Amino acid sequence: MQQFAASVIVTLRRSIADVQGKTIEDGLHSLGFVQIRNVRVGKFFHFSVQAASEEEARQIVEQACVKLLANPVIEDFSISLTPEEAEVSEQ
Amino acid sequence: MKYGVVIFPGSNCDRDTLYAIEHVMGETVVPLWHKDRVLPSDLDCIILPGGFSYGDYLRPGAIARFSPIMQEVKRFADRGGYVLGICNGFQILTEAQLLPGALLQNASLRFICRSVFLRVETVDSPFTAAATTGQVLRIPIAHADGRYYIDPDGLKALEDGDQILFRYATPDGEITEAANPNGSLGNIAGIVNRHRNVCGMMPHPERAVEALLGSEDGKVVFESLRLFVQQQEYRQWEPLASQN
Repeated sequence: MQQFAASVIVTLRRSIADVQGKTIEDGLHSLGFVQIRNVRVGKFFHFSVQAASEEEARQIVEQACVKLLANPVIEDFSISLTPEEAEVSEQ
Repeated sequence: MKYGVVIFPGSNCDRDTLYAIEHVMGETVVPLWHKDRVLPSDLDCIILPGGFSYGDYLRPGAIARFSPIMQEVKRFADRGGYVLGICNGFQILTEAQLLPGALLQNASLRFICRSVFLRVETVDSPFTAAATTGQVLRIPIAHADGRYYIDPDGLKALEDGDQILFRYATPDGEITEAANPNGSLGNIAGIVNRHRNVCGMMPHPERAVEALLGSEDGKVVFESLRLFVQQQEYRQWEPLASQN
C-alpha cells in the first residue's frame, strides 16, 4: 500500500459566469493590476490517499470529486497526485 | 392531509413551516429528524425547509443530501409522494439529483432578503393547482445562493415538459431582467420534476400565509397540495366503488 498527497481544484465550469471571479478581477484592475485577466475562483482540497497504485489513487479521488467534492452539473475538477511518506500511526 | 417537515442541523425555517401548516392551513404535520430511517406511513407530503443545513459547508445542500432521511425521501418521491423543497430544501433536492440544475451564488454576491413577485407559469402541478396561470404572487426570498442554472438541453427539457412553476416577475407579471433578484436563468424561481411530484422553489411560501406578515399569497402552494391530495383520494376511491 502506498500513500499519495492529493490536490484537488474545483472551479465553476467555463460556460458558467463566475461572478465572484469577475468582482475580484474588477478589484485587481482598480488597484492597477490591469494586466490580470480571466480570474476564476475555486476551491482547493488537500488530503492523503492510500492505494495500491497511483491509478487506483486517482480513481478513488475522481469518485470522491464526482460524489461530493464537486457538483458535476456546475463544476469541473482537476486532480494532482504525488507519492508521500505514510504517516506513522500512533500506537 | 399529513405533512412531514425534515429538520437538518442548521435548518431555520422548520418552525415557520410547521406553524404555517398546522395553525394556518389546519393540516396535520409532524417534524422529522434528519437521522430518521423510517417515515410515518401515512405522509402525503414531505417538506425540506429553508436554512443553512450543515452550515452550507462545501456547497448549500451538498452534505444534507447524505443525511440518512434523504434515502427515505427519495424512496417516498419514487413512490409518487409529494416533496417540496423550499430555499435550502431546493438546494438539497438539486444536490440529491431529485431535481435538475443547480443553485449558484446570487449574481450580486449578496444575501437578499425581501419580498418578490412570482408569476405562476403552470397550474398543472400539485403545487400550483389552486392558482391560475399568470397569477402574480408576492412571496419573500431570503438567500445568498439562489441563481438557478441548468445547461441549454436541460432548460429545453424543463420548458418542453412544462416544468417551470414560478418565474420572478414585475408586480404586473412581466418577466424582466430588473425583476430577477439573483440572476436566475430565465427568471426561474421554482420547478417541478418530470413526474410532477417533487418541487423546489427559492421563495418562502410559509412566510406569506398571514395578512399580518404582509402577504397570504404563499397559501396557494399548500391549498394546491390539499386539492391534489383530495382529488387523488377521490380518484383512488372511484375505481374501487365501480367494481361493485
